[in-house]
Amino acid sequence: MTSSAQPRLGRPPLVLLVPGALAALLLVVPLVTLVADTPWHRLGSQLSSTAVREALWLTVLASVSTVLLCLLLGTPLAWLLARVAFPGRSLLRAAVTVPLVLPPVVAGVALVTALGRTGAIGRPIDQWFGLTIPYTTTAVVIAHTFVSMPFYVISVEGALRTAGEEYDAVAATLGADRWTTFRRVTLPLALPGVLAGAALAWARSLGEFGATITFAGNFPGRTQTMPTLIYTQLQSDPLVARTVSMVLLVVSVAVLVLLRNRWLSRL
Amino acid sequence: MSALELDLTVPDRVQATAVAGRGQVIAVIGPNGAGKSSLLRAIAGLVPASGELRVDGRSWRGLPVRERPVGMAFQDQLLFPHLTALENVAFAPRTAGASRDQARRTAQDWLDRFGVGDLARRKPRHLSGGQAQRVSIARALAGDPRLLLLDEPFAGLDVGVAATLRVELARHLASYDGVTLLVTHEAIDALTLADVVWVLDDGRLVQVGPPREVAARPLTRHVARLVSLNVLTDGDRFLSFSPSAVTVSPRQPEGSARHRWPGTVTSLAPHGDAVRLLVTGEHELLADVTPAAVAELALSPGREVWLSVKETAVRSYAAEPGLAET
Repeated sequence: MTSSAQPRLGRPPLVLLVPGALAALLLVVPLVTLVADTPWHRLGSQLSSTAVREALWLTVLASVSTVLLCLLLGTPLAWLLARVAFPGRSLLRAAVTVPLVLPPVVAGVALVTALGRTGAIGRPIDQWFGLTIPYTTTAVVIAHTFVSMPFYVISVEGALRTAGEEYDAVAATLGADRWTTFRRVTLPLALPGVLAGAALAWARSLGEFGATITFAGNFPGRTQTMPTLIYTQLQSDPLVARTVSMVLLVVSVAVLVLLRNRWLSRL
Repeated sequence: MSALELDLTVPDRVQATAVAGRGQVIAVIGPNGAGKSSLLRAIAGLVPASGELRVDGRSWRGLPVRERPVGMAFQDQLLFPHLTALENVAFAPRTAGASRDQARRTAQDWLDRFGVGDLARRKPRHLSGGQAQRVSIARALAGDPRLLLLDEPFAGLDVGVAATLRVELARHLASYDGVTLLVTHEAIDALTLADVVWVLDDGRLVQVGPPREVAARPLTRHVARLVSLNVLTDGDRFLSFSPSAVTVSPRQPEGSARHRWPGTVTSLAPHGDAVRLLVTGEHELLADVTPAAVAELALSPGREVWLSVKETAVRSYAAEPGLAET
């Protein structure tokens, strides 16, 4: 027999073959039609329009800021969850993962109740510093971070747990305090998880729509990101919407390829 | 003043009271689960323990792990996988405040002393078991510890590699003036490396003494097996005799031997030029017989035999007061 193993166990049954093929079509066809329908010859002119350029810039700004915030705030949180036994730890871990499954619009509403002009935190900030958060670029970054951070924290906490506390103990016997241990041992060992988590958070931020439009609105040049621009353009100029969608598709696939080749293979 | 005084209790794991002098090497032996690793970890501060621990007269009670001047080599080495051998060994000097260059020089010096200086730039995954264990012991010593804790440093190494490392380690320990605690499963480690043996059994220190003394008069079945002796209790005394002193007969011996027991052969294994039998009856006893006797007596597992031993071949000794554990 040659390499084909199928005939030995029989043909795949139709009852599995047909639904499987349908699922594949459902996933692939829209992407193919998107690529096919993209007005390639007008790509340049459309992408250079002010609205697109501003949205593109804002998306880059928001996603990069999100990743930075995840690194700066999410890493310590993941470390606390993985390494420090404190009362309510499992409760906090559960709470941190909620935004993973929360409908993004609900996330946006939740952010308004906290940071809106009349929100629990938003009101004092408004009164004392004269700052309002909703409908600003800051609000975009906060919304993105809110929905992206759980991906990052889960990934890094997992990596920290896999890397094991045993090495932390070794570092302690060698005289290292916890900060030194974190810098020189814990973090380097968890690096693959940090990179994968950062990529996941970045990808999540790139496509963020619901929480952003609820909490930050859809103002060109200030809070309009690529996804919200697509939503707007779809109603006025569907061709531009397709072009911009195409850009996001290319970026998403690039992230996927990068993840597979660079990082996921190492995990 | 003793270099090490300890009276430690790790709940449900180990309770030990002991002292050790400067430069002493202590072999900690005992069966699995006896609390050997727990004792080491309690001394390092890695597991919570109550009681007192004094090193060079200074109490370590309540001291966090990183402030205890210990060097610990772990059973599976636990070299930092992302650091080179040199960086691993330089870790302790660095945390102690040495400059990067100074720490590297110290580390290189230690690697050289253990004969692995040319492997300095290798990552642990490119080291063999023996090389990794050398780096691991060098790393433990590079921080200039007052206590050296070695948790089964020869476990998992090839016999030849372990033998070489044992000789090297003996040389380093001879020039080390702190106290060394060496957890081991091998009688030869205790006999060749140690000044004193601590025997742990079921979380308690049941025997303390020079290796030859402990080997000659074991108080626990585990040590008796380690040194291949049969040990029986007779009231408050211990009786020990060598497997080669045991006579195996097919039926109850006629002679005057006071010590004789019926039993069933459980296993046979080659032992040097002889065959070592494990015979189970009232006691579990070892007996060495010649291969000719195996054939002659048709010895195989399941065979009923009688064992006897002459009075003159039996050493009788008292349990140490306060340490008796039968």
